[in-house]
Amino acid sequence: MNPSVVIVDDHELFRAGVRSELAAHVEVVGDADGVESAVPAILATEPDVVLLDVHMPGGGGVEVIRQVAKVRPEQRFLALSVSDAPDDVIAVIRAGARGYVTKSITPAELADAVRRVADGDAVFSPRLAGFVLDAFAGALPASQVDPELDQLTAREREVLQHIARGYMYKEIALRLGISAKTVEAHVSAVLRKLQLSNRHELSRWAAERRLVD
Amino acid sequence: MATAAPPAEHERERAPRRRGRGSRRVAVGAALLALAFLLALRQLGLLFPDHIVWPVMLAAAGVALIWRQWGGRGRPAPPPTTARSAATQAAPEPAVSDERAALRTLYRGGFGVALIVGAGLLFLYANGALSGLGDVALTALVAIVALGLILAPFWWRLGNTLAAERAERIRSQERAEVAAHLHDSVLQTLALVQQRADDPKTVATLARRQERELRDWLRGRPPTAERESFSAALEAAAEEVEEAHGVRIDVVAVGDHPLDERAEALVAAAREALTNAAKFAGDAGPVSAYAEASPRRVQVFVRDRGPGFALDAVPPDRRGVRESIVGRMARHGGTATLHTAPGQGTEVELTLEDRE
Repeated sequence: MNPSVVIVDDHELFRAGVRSELAAHVEVVGDADGVESAVPAILATEPDVVLLDVHMPGGGGVEVIRQVAKVRPEQRFLALSVSDAPDDVIAVIRAGARGYVTKSITPAELADAVRRVADGDAVFSPRLAGFVLDAFAGALPASQVDPELDQLTAREREVLQHIARGYMYKEIALRLGISAKTVEAHVSAVLRKLQLSNRHELSRWAAERRLVD
Repeated sequence: MATAAPPAEHERERAPRRRGRGSRRVAVGAALLALAFLLALRQLGLLFPDHIVWPVMLAAAGVALIWRQWGGRGRPAPPPTTARSAATQAAPEPAVSDERAALRTLYRGGFGVALIVGAGLLFLYANGALSGLGDVALTALVAIVALGLILAPFWWRLGNTLAAERAERIRSQERAEVAAHLHDSVLQTLALVQQRADDPKTVATLARRQERELRDWLRGRPPTAERESFSAALEAAAEEVEEAHGVRIDVVAVGDHPLDERAEALVAAAREALTNAAKFAGDAGPVSAYAEASPRRVQVFVRDRGPGFALDAVPPDRRGVRESIVGRMARHGGTATLHTAPGQGTEVELTLEDRE
């Protein structure tokens, strides 16, 4: 069965485009053009996945996630944006999105990403994988590190590197000699670390990077 | 009071030059300078008694404070922090901080006035001139307080108006800057896109170039060509290949490395790999370039989704791979590895370990 989707984006052209591109792969049950209309639309239709624009008037995608999560914490979000600024990406992931893709993604890839998020997996674009590797690369003083949360395992790092290199999950599984499910488990673990990790360094890193870049 | 004037004059010239530092430090510095000056005079035999030295010191500090605050009024507005902040924030923040700055000016200026008045009173008192003038002093004090109370709201509003005007000026400057930039870049490109509407490849290239330029601008960083680092050089190389072949190249870079001779060789090899990927696999979708740099090792992966090939089948005269990639890496103490098989795309892995 095709997953049900609500599209939230303040650009009407974009909503129409995604709707027609995804028509064969998903069931679009609603759309909204801003934070205020999005929350009731999502709560009324309870879709499998919300395709969420990051930048919108009235607080943006982060605000939608925050408000919906109060009522329906199990709602899954896939963030979609033209921005590839690290702080945008990290903010929306930390708010609870299960993935982040840029709007240059092909329709087939987007449909695949929606399906994966609907199945409860995480979707990392190559660029997001790069950001995460970058964010976890900086060595921190041992006292500030919660070893459970703040470090990537060697395997997780390897999986992220392959995503950054442009490999699909299936190809990664083949190359590393593990199952595709295991690859997904690693990515989900990384997502959890991103969301739960209490390093404020993560957001500070994002802010600094923009200035340093 | 006549003796106090020369050193104060002396400080008056000095203080404005130090504008822009902490005004407290300026005031203390001015006071210390005045003290040193007077002590030096005393050492030379020109005796100043204590009842002159201390008031002069206080007065010097007060003058320095006032000059620092009110002399600095004509300072030009600070330049907008980054292009990004100009573009994305509607700038309520400058207004707030401006208001705060105006308050601080008033507060510090008032403090300077108090210092000078205090110095004068101290001087008069120390010289015994105040003994019979208690009533007059009280009267004057009351008059000053009353005047202050009358003028305070006016003063306050003046400060606020100035701050608001300045914020408005900064806002309109930023708006003009954003407009100028958009005009030079995006509007030009859009005009070109309309002219070339029948040529999808050119349109795509134009759009990509504009997108890159706009992203750099939004992030407030110089274009890749003007940045000196390994990752910037790699991005610049990818941009050139992208334009030459009209194939999208996604570059993801983690960490960075100085652009030394070996890193340049690595970028050159990567450019060759990108060119190959764009030429032979450009139709099969975007090319990925991933770079990971640490102080010990720099690695670049160039991957395409093309047909791939059997390594043995590469004719020996294909100099591209052998010479420009494998050979170049070997000459600089690095390695190049090819991962490919028919139907699975090709990935070139370039590694440069640090020599030490």
